[in-house]
Parts: sequence; structure tokens; C-alpha cells
Amino acid sequence: MTSLGVLLFMVVVVLLAPVYAHDIAHDNPFASNLQGRIKIGGHYRSVMQNNTQGLGLGVTPIGPTWNFAKYFLGADELGRDVFARILYGGRVTLLIGFSSGLICITAATVLGMLAGYFGRATDWIISRLLDIVWAFPIYLLAISLSVILVTSGLDLGVIHIGAGSLLLPILIIASVYVPYVARPVRGIVFSLKEREFIQAAIASGASDWHILRKEILPNVAPSIIVFFPLMVALNILTESALSILGIGVQPPQASWGTIINDGLQLLYTRPWVAIAPGICIVIVCVALNILGDGVRDAFDPRAKLRGSI
Amino acid sequence: MPRFIAKRLASAVLVMFTISVLVFLIFFATPGVNPASRIAGRSATPAVLRHVSKEFGLNRPLPIRYALMMYHLFIKQDLTSYVNIGDKIIPQITAAAPITLSLIAGAVVIWLLVGTSAGIVAAKNKGKFIDPLVMFFGIAAISIPVYWLGEMVSLITQGGLHSSVFAWVPNGGYVSITQSPVQWFTHLVFPWITLASLYAGIYARVLRGELINNMNEDYIRTARAKGLSERRILYKHALRCSMITIVSLFGLDVGVLVGGAALLTEVVFGLPGVGWLTYQGLTNLDLPLIMGCVMYGAFFVVLASAAVDVLYAYIDPRIRVVN
Repeated sequence: MTSLGVLLFMVVVVLLAPVYAHDIAHDNPFASNLQGRIKIGGHYRSVMQNNTQGLGLGVTPIGPTWNFAKYFLGADELGRDVFARILYGGRVTLLIGFSSGLICITAATVLGMLAGYFGRATDWIISRLLDIVWAFPIYLLAISLSVILVTSGLDLGVIHIGAGSLLLPILIIASVYVPYVARPVRGIVFSLKEREFIQAAIASGASDWHILRKEILPNVAPSIIVFFPLMVALNILTESALSILGIGVQPPQASWGTIINDGLQLLYTRPWVAIAPGICIVIVCVALNILGDGVRDAFDPRAKLRGSI
Repeated sequence: MPRFIAKRLASAVLVMFTISVLVFLIFFATPGVNPASRIAGRSATPAVLRHVSKEFGLNRPLPIRYALMMYHLFIKQDLTSYVNIGDKIIPQITAAAPITLSLIAGAVVIWLLVGTSAGIVAAKNKGKFIDPLVMFFGIAAISIPVYWLGEMVSLITQGGLHSSVFAWVPNGGYVSITQSPVQWFTHLVFPWITLASLYAGIYARVLRGELINNMNEDYIRTARAKGLSERRILYKHALRCSMITIVSLFGLDVGVLVGGAALLTEVVFGLPGVGWLTYQGLTNLDLPLIMGCVMYGAFFVVLASAAVDVLYAYIDPRIRVVN
């Protein structure tokens, strides 16, 4: 339950960012602010400070002020408030994590149920499609799709998705994980079909649609729910990996992954730029994983017997 | 057994074929993308575009284009970069492969050692203080982005402590084992730990669950009834059975590793392996380089998991029958 609380806290803090982040950032966290000056302890300091060490060339962004009102965690290389960016970036990260989780699980459930229920040719076609995606190493598939789509957008006649759109990483992440959920769903439906209550429904002349919706789905649902928190954690990690490689979330948008990447250049001078977004990801993913274990124990008492935390 | 090997290899070949078709479709037949201009890079002249068009047969039917791509990739191996003009791609990949393999080999050793011992310790101490502690570390390990962990490790070894405790840790890069085994080790030890942590977490969790599960089985009760010591029951009976799951996981993970986590580890530590090469391709939008890395990487993964399956069937004869 603590994990659910932590998760909800992070989600609320991040979702409400537009309400209060202005008070934290003052300036737009997406526009560079190289000339900016802020008032700390009565006197003004510039956001980009002249280097004093070595040859004294170049500038270093201001470090953490530990003051929520101005540059709590300091600035990045473009003089933007890192803390405000983390709040806004968290919205993007969570949006991608949850929505690609939802899309993935919905698509996988539909495919798995169709394959498992109808069998024969339907099953053959769906299973082969899943096999192909399954055999492809996830990250290599995501990289191939992203490098083509994220730079030039997707154009499918009626549907047009722009190059920088968040929909692209969402769809790419959702589709690479479909087989991991669809395969177990298909297996469950396969064994359900042999059970008496399904046979009875078929014998009583219920339509396929009715059986799928009213008899099979409620029995598959617990297994799907168990997958969900784990999928979201996995999606958040995948999103950050793709963003770090430059093929996930595109600027001017930010996500926790892109901020970690921004932090690499400043790692030894301003480590908080990299540390803070990573801690956010770890907190959310730990909460999701513990929650996922808890949900699994709730649905599967045998697992609880094993005493997992 | 020979029949099993032949069958497994045949299915590996089929999988490699479908993967290559999928890669081809992604790179050459995505709607709304002009493959010639993508391959040739951002600032290509019309002459270069025509050359690309001819080389990959872009105005010819799809099957011929597919055959041409495979010809350039695997038979003639003359795929060249249009960003770093004239750079042959396949030799770069073969030169980078030993680095990636060194990284993976060391990480595998660490994660098997740490993962299995943590799993055993947790299962042995179930219900005591140490079990949830180990499992919490397990959950934390699978929740940390590899790249970020690498950054934090660099921060610790290269930051303030670099002048004292970690003075022996080089700042990224790679030295081959034939040049200097000691240098090879010091360059790789922190990348190994970074990469291994995620999998050590997974293995510890899985092994603990399996062990506790197996300890409730009938054959363990029989062993207890025979008067065997708890220690012997755990190591000789329960652990043996639980290791089957670990071995089957292993086949999957080698694949995931090469494709994903190893790539990010190489990037963050500046190890010039295949993952780092892919990253160079991504930053320069060098499509032939990315395509080559993806294809060779995917093929390696498929062959590696086939090899693990064969090994698995060798260890556990039941598998041969089931398949």
C-alpha cells in the first residue's frame, strides 16, 4: 500500500505541474535563459556563471539553490530551471508509460483472445505475427522503428503523425511489447475454451462476440491486470532508454530520459541535473514493481504462499 | 540430439529470414519516407542520391531490393556510410564485436554469481530480516535505468574520489585483453557491474521464488523423511530443480542484453563496441550503419539463443522430447 501511496504522490505532483510550476520556474522551462539573472539572498546572480577555474573561459550553469522559488536544482546548459523541467518532463514520461501500457495491453488482449478463441487460420496468422516481433530483440526493433519514424513522421494516407509527436514513442513502445502479453493471454483463452461453462455457452447458441465479452474477458482480466503495473514500469524504462539515444521524446519536449541525457555533459560540474530525474524514475518504477507484486499476490494466493514482498 | 539441433537451427534460420524482411520493410518501405534521401544522409547531392538509388535498386520491385540489401550486407559486405563517406560498415562491426562480447561475458559471470547467491540467501532466510532486504535490492535493481546507473558509477569513480580510492579507474575507453589483461580488466570492471546489476536483480527474484516453491514439493518431503540435512536438501535437491528455470531465462536474456542494456552501457562508458557504433549511427543519422548494426546484432541474438537452447537440451533431456 505504501507503494501505491508513493506512486499516487508522484503522479499528482507531476500532473499538477502546470498549476504551480510557474511559481517555481518563473521563466519558461522550455526556452533557453542564458542571460537571466536571479535574486538570491539579497543580491543578483546570473544563471550562467563565468568559470573561475582553469583558464576561466566559458560558463557553467548555476548549481542547486535548494530554494523552491528559484532554480531549486540549478540550471541546465541552456539556463533552464531543471526542477521545473523535471516536473513537466514527468508528465511526458508518465503519459508515455501509462498510455503505451494501456494500448499494448488492449491490443494484446484483443489479439490473444481472437487467436485463442477462433484457433485455426486466425490463430496461425496472429501467432506468426507475434512470433516475428517476439524474435526481434526489443531495443533493436524499437531503434529501427524510431530512427525512421521519429525523424520523418508516419504517413498512412488518412493518418498522419508529425515527426516530433509523442504518439510515435507511445505507439512504438506499445507495439514492441505486445507479444509479451498476447502470448500468455492466448494460452489462457485456449485452456478456458475447453472448460464446461464455455462449452455450455456455445451449446446454448450464444454468439462468439457474446462469449468473448461476457464469458472469456472476465476470466482473462485478472491476468491482464497483473501485467499492467509491470508493463508501465518497463515502458518508462524503455522510454528513457530511447530518449537517451535521441530517438524518443524530441525537443522542445522533455522527459526524465532526455533530462538524464542533458545531465551527462554537466555530470562532474552540476551532477544534480542527471541525479534528480534518475531518482524520479527509480522511485516510480520501484513503486510500480512492488505494486505489481502486490496485485499478483492478491490474484494468485499461491504466490503469496511463497511470501514475496 | 542431432535431430533436435537440426530442428533448432532450421527454426533459427527461419527467424533470421523474417527479421531481415522486417528490417528491410522498416528501412525501405515505410510509408511517407524516401529511402534514398534517408540513406544518403542530410546533405546529399543529386549524384549521391542517384548512386544510392542504383546501388539498392530503389526503382525496382521489392523482392529485388530485398535481395540487393542482403547482398550488400552479407555477401559482398561492402555497405558504406554516406555520412562518413567511404567508411565500410561491416569491418567496423566485426572490429567492435570483441568489445561487446568482453562486456557481456564479464557481466554474465557477475550476475550469475551475485543473482544466484542472493536468491539462495533470501530463500534460506525467508521471513527473517535479510529476505525482504535482499528482495528490495532486487526490485531496485530492475527499476534503475541502466544508463543512469552508469552515469552515477562514473560520477563516483571519476568525480571527487578519483584522486584517492578510484585512481586506478580509467575514464572510459577500452584496451584489448591481448594488449594488457590488467588494463582490460580495469576498463571493464565498472561497466560489468553496471550491466550485471539489472540481471542479478531479476535472477535473485526468480530463483528465490522457485526455491521456496520447490521446497514445498513432495520430493523435498521425501528427502526430509530420509533424514537428509537441510543444507543437502537445499543445495542438492531444490537448487538443482530451480536452476532449470534460471538456464531457460538465460537464453532469453543474452538476447535482450545485446540489443538493449549493453548498448546503453557502452554509450555511457564510451566502450567502442557494437552498441556504441549504433549510437554513433543514431547521432549522425547514418542509416546504413544503423541497419548493419541492427541486422548483425539481431542475427547474433538469434544464434546465441539457439545455442543456449541446444545446451539446455543437453543438460535437461526432457526438453528434447517436448520439442
